[in-house]
Amino acid sequence: MPGHAGRKSGLVWAVHLSVAALVLLWLLPTVGLLVSSFRDRDQISASGWWEAPLPVEQTYRVRTDPGAAVERDGRVILSGNVFDSEDSAGAGRVTGFGVTGRAPAEFAPGESAGLRGGGRLTVARDGSFTAEAEAPFGRRGPTIYFEAETPPKVTLDNYRMVLGADGMDRAFINTLTVTIPATVIPILIAAFAAYALAWMEFPGRGLLIAAVVGLLVVPLQLALVPLLRLHETVGIGQSFMGIWFAHTGFGLPLAVYLLRNYMAGLPRDIIESAKVDGATDFQVFTRIVLPLSFPALASFAIFQFLWTWNDLLVAKVFLPAASETKVMTVKIADDLLGSRGGDWGILAAAAFISMAVPLAVFFALQRYLVRGLLAGSVK
Amino acid sequence: MSPLLQGIATILIGVGGCVGYFYGANLLLDRVIFPPRGRDPGANISRANAVRPWLFLAPAMAALGLYLVYPVVGSFWRSLYNRDGGTFIGPGNYTDLAADPAFRTAVFNNLLWVLVVPAASTFIGLVAAQLTDRIRWGNIAKSIIFMPMAISFVGASLIWKFVYANEADIGLLNAIRAALGFDDPLDVIQIPFWNNFFLMAILIWIQTGFAMVILSAALRGIPDETIEAAILDGANPLQIFFRIMVPQITGTILVVWTTITILVLKVFDIVYTMTGGNFGTQILPSYMMSYMFKDDGRATAVAFVIMLIVLPVMVWNIVQARKEMR
Repeated sequence: MPGHAGRKSGLVWAVHLSVAALVLLWLLPTVGLLVSSFRDRDQISASGWWEAPLPVEQTYRVRTDPGAAVERDGRVILSGNVFDSEDSAGAGRVTGFGVTGRAPAEFAPGESAGLRGGGRLTVARDGSFTAEAEAPFGRRGPTIYFEAETPPKVTLDNYRMVLGADGMDRAFINTLTVTIPATVIPILIAAFAAYALAWMEFPGRGLLIAAVVGLLVVPLQLALVPLLRLHETVGIGQSFMGIWFAHTGFGLPLAVYLLRNYMAGLPRDIIESAKVDGATDFQVFTRIVLPLSFPALASFAIFQFLWTWNDLLVAKVFLPAASETKVMTVKIADDLLGSRGGDWGILAAAAFISMAVPLAVFFALQRYLVRGLLAGSVK
Repeated sequence: MSPLLQGIATILIGVGGCVGYFYGANLLLDRVIFPPRGRDPGANISRANAVRPWLFLAPAMAALGLYLVYPVVGSFWRSLYNRDGGTFIGPGNYTDLAADPAFRTAVFNNLLWVLVVPAASTFIGLVAAQLTDRIRWGNIAKSIIFMPMAISFVGASLIWKFVYANEADIGLLNAIRAALGFDDPLDVIQIPFWNNFFLMAILIWIQTGFAMVILSAALRGIPDETIEAAILDGANPLQIFFRIMVPQITGTILVVWTTITILVLKVFDIVYTMTGGNFGTQILPSYMMSYMFKDDGRATAVAFVIMLIVLPVMVWNIVQARKEMR
């Protein structure tokens, strides 16, 4: 529109900026977790993840060894490097030092500080220190407090720790074990039911479809107690078998609903001409409808996979609480958050291990997921 | 046998069993029970065709009946009994619940969740849909906003723990506060009442992408003529959006809204992971889990209360679906 060009471009900028703001808001939390999962645990608590590429100022405490002291000109001299100690190993630069824990960076590097037991202490920027006194230091050497800039550390330690000692590897396999059968089996059952509801004539069809729509809404919570008791009576109890059944049952309404909607939209003449040619319903279903429904099948498969992979509630109730059967969500929520609540690096790594597969599936198959969503909900 | 092998065996048995059932049952129906032979083959064929739908439906109906219909009745029945199921106490569990202040908090918070989360997700989703549809990198933006759909509620809670953390060196929120000059870190998870909203933000973050994707498709379905006419009449972009576009997709907005409402009523992971229901953040599903394995009567009673809250949504859904089928 002539005459509005200026206003228009201003508006376009506003759109770009607001989308950028949204994207940032949606991305930043996850990026924070990802960055944290690769950071050293001490650095995580010393500086925010947004400062991860910068060196970190950390405070250390080093005990000196009085045995290394030498006597020269009637004075006792103790020297060494603060970075030789195990706690403070790694290159760095001293930015300040002190002799009490209350003021760990009271003196600038190179200055000379008075020791409490008499004598003087100097720490240089590169970490080398000299303490000298009139009398020997006794059984314990002076303690040196110092602040140092440590270069950023990128480490896989968190992942190693979580996969090894914390048993996330086992939980990962358990999650796979739960997820795959719980994704494959409902699809088959639902596909046949959806075909019947979409293309076969029989009394009560409308009622059944309405029932499926109604069941979409039933809260899972209702099913927990009665079915757990039922599983116990039947002898399944809390087990993988039980959780497969449970996920199959709970996933079916959405599966039947999505697939029926999709199948009902397939062109009528294809199916009718096949029937005229003498194909039975079974043949029509397996040869024509099933291949044509691939997008809907894929979409439901992705849904069910994400849902079972990410589920916490069903796994907590239908799987035994023993650690060898825990899935990742339960492992994180119950074990790691409890015992390692403050160990942010470990938590971040654990979360990322649990997210890796669904995120990969999501980004690879996003197109199908969206297509299925649309087939099911937009008319 | 390792669980993984057991899983593979289950897939084979399960899939084989399903295929075998459908194939075998069909064969049985066509060849043995109602073969198209004998005195009146036509009648046999039509009889077989009358039975066949039920063959196809049987496994799904059995599973749905057992795992979703039976529990509605079973849970209600169970909720009339005491802790271990030994004594019938009638509505005792429900009167106990009504008297429990923690339950009332849970109901109140749940109402907040149901009011805020679907509304916020749908609204932000709608705005995001409209904005991303108009720019070239919109699809990338959409993917990013949609991404939390793939993340578990537990994972998302952990992600947001890093945002909400009490220390300014870990929590983004407190770092921003510190940058603005506030000295004291704020533990947002423990601020009474408002902490609920910080938990809801997590679910909104997860669900907005879903709303956006569906609403964006609906927006694209709007015929261009109506918008062109509005432009010719001199409507500004905001007027076009709210007066012309939104009314045309009301149906889809309602579908999205109810879908998210249902999800809100089922979700317990976020509260469980973030606060464990402490600091006044309990909602009904997490309240129920605190009785799970301890007091079956109480747990089923809470589950049934959730069911009662969902009931109107269920009726609305069914009515809507029946309207569409006509």
